[in-house]
Amino acid sequence: MSELRELYQEVILDHNKNPRNFKKLELHSHHANGHNPLCGDKLELFLDVVEGIIKDISFVGSGCAISTSSASLMTQFLKGKSIAETRHYFEYFHDLVTGKELDEEALEGLGKLAVFAGVQEFPARVKCASLSWHTLINALDSVDEPAATE
Amino acid sequence: MIDINKVRSDFPILGTKVYGKPLVYVDNAASTQKPQQVIDSITDLYSNHYANIHRGVHHLSQKSTALYEGARETVKNFINASKVEEIVFVRGTTEGVNLVASSYLEPQLEPGDEILISEMEHHSNIIPWQLTAERTGALLKIIPLLENGELDLSALPDLLSPRVKLVAVTHMSNSLGTINDVSLIIEQAHALDIPVLIDGAQSIAHMPIDVQKLDCDFFVFSGHKIYGPTGIGALYAKEKHLLNMKPYQGGGDMILNVSFEKTEYNDIPYKFEAGTPNIEGTIGMAAALDYVSELGIEAIDAYEQELLAYASKQFSEIEGLQIIGTAPNKGCIISFVLDGIHPHDVGTIMDMEGVAVRTGHHCTQPVMDYYNISATTRVSLSFYNTINEIDEITKAITKVKELMG
Repeated sequence: MSELRELYQEVILDHNKNPRNFKKLELHSHHANGHNPLCGDKLELFLDVVEGIIKDISFVGSGCAISTSSASLMTQFLKGKSIAETRHYFEYFHDLVTGKELDEEALEGLGKLAVFAGVQEFPARVKCASLSWHTLINALDSVDEPAATE
Repeated sequence: MIDINKVRSDFPILGTKVYGKPLVYVDNAASTQKPQQVIDSITDLYSNHYANIHRGVHHLSQKSTALYEGARETVKNFINASKVEEIVFVRGTTEGVNLVASSYLEPQLEPGDEILISEMEHHSNIIPWQLTAERTGALLKIIPLLENGELDLSALPDLLSPRVKLVAVTHMSNSLGTINDVSLIIEQAHALDIPVLIDGAQSIAHMPIDVQKLDCDFFVFSGHKIYGPTGIGALYAKEKHLLNMKPYQGGGDMILNVSFEKTEYNDIPYKFEAGTPNIEGTIGMAAALDYVSELGIEAIDAYEQELLAYASKQFSEIEGLQIIGTAPNKGCIISFVLDGIHPHDVGTIMDMEGVAVRTGHHCTQPVMDYYNISATTRVSLSFYNTINEIDEITKAITKVKELMG
């Protein structure tokens, strides 16, 4: 059971039950859909980036506790961060969930996101934890759309 | 009667532990475990009899050929086909369906023709027909589902017409457990001279199959779902169809004479078995069919129905659990959803309790769409499961609720 407690920590269960920033952003500069065809998890991510800084970020979708809480914690974590920083954190987070060695500075930088370290014991669940992050990179790499108002 | 202790001791893997807990393997609809008899048949082949088949004049090649062709006889008897020539070895159910789509159906399809399948099909009994339809301009028509997981066969008379060139339906749903009234479907289709393919991937391990009595035109199944190896399966087709069908793949063994101008194809069923086949798989599958025959498929069916009834009752008493697929005639598969808990979390937590279940859409996305869900947790039972294991599964589900609740 200890690995399970590692995986399903209170903060993860909390963000699964009450996901933060769970809404569509009417005004956004970046947007992408994420889909894990293996398990049917679906995620839609919205970003409002102003002068290289993530001013606002939100998501909607349905998925397991790991993918929902990961998206929720990611949105909280990235608000106010620069795009350049964000790309670094993507690398750190990816290393964290796939069990790669992280230096202390990187681990500290991830803050609350470190709760996802437990995922590395469950290879089948790595994709759940990283879906929102891959969607994020897709959103950032896609051509900046004009702020949508629909 | 199934002697459960004896049966369990035949399967070495059932004695293993997962995370320190005794393994409870209930992912049998995905693939079944192998008895020692099957494992031994493969060891025996490679230790004592192995060589390539059919073309060798030497001793070992003849022994290997005898075992391989003996396996064809075993399959023929197991599904009560009338002739060994009607049994084609394929890689599995998927290849069997693709073979019929390419070699039987596609050459005769015209734009506007129809292929009738059902809403509960596994993707492997959807995509091959979709590909064929795309290439020919034919249309895919669907027998709809009912809320309890049965097919709405009252729609059948309207769906069947001279435009329909083939009906392809599953005998038993891999995600809902429903056993379809394929006899009725075959009877109604045959009244209009429409041939019928039965996907036997699930039914083969759980009920007696008599292709002559069913009168189906094609029946396909995989060895690994009936306690045999992966990468092997069989296609049964009526001789009259096989004689008129084009080869599926070209290569060695499927020919009588080859020149650069013209090739004369081999007789059925060899015409459809190009290249060196899966010899060990074929022989292992025959050993598995022998094993099942020895236990008796009727005895297996009776025992599994007891397990199904008990599990359905236990699970439905769990608050917040909903069983997806409640047809009156079901095989031993129980799909369920838990209020507010995603199946993937259910699967991971149950796994830590030693219980191997399947979570996801089970390659039946249209079924998930019908119920407006993205996934289920599926418990699929076998004759080697026990009442005690069902209690363990029930406890594991309760644990999921505690942890996620």
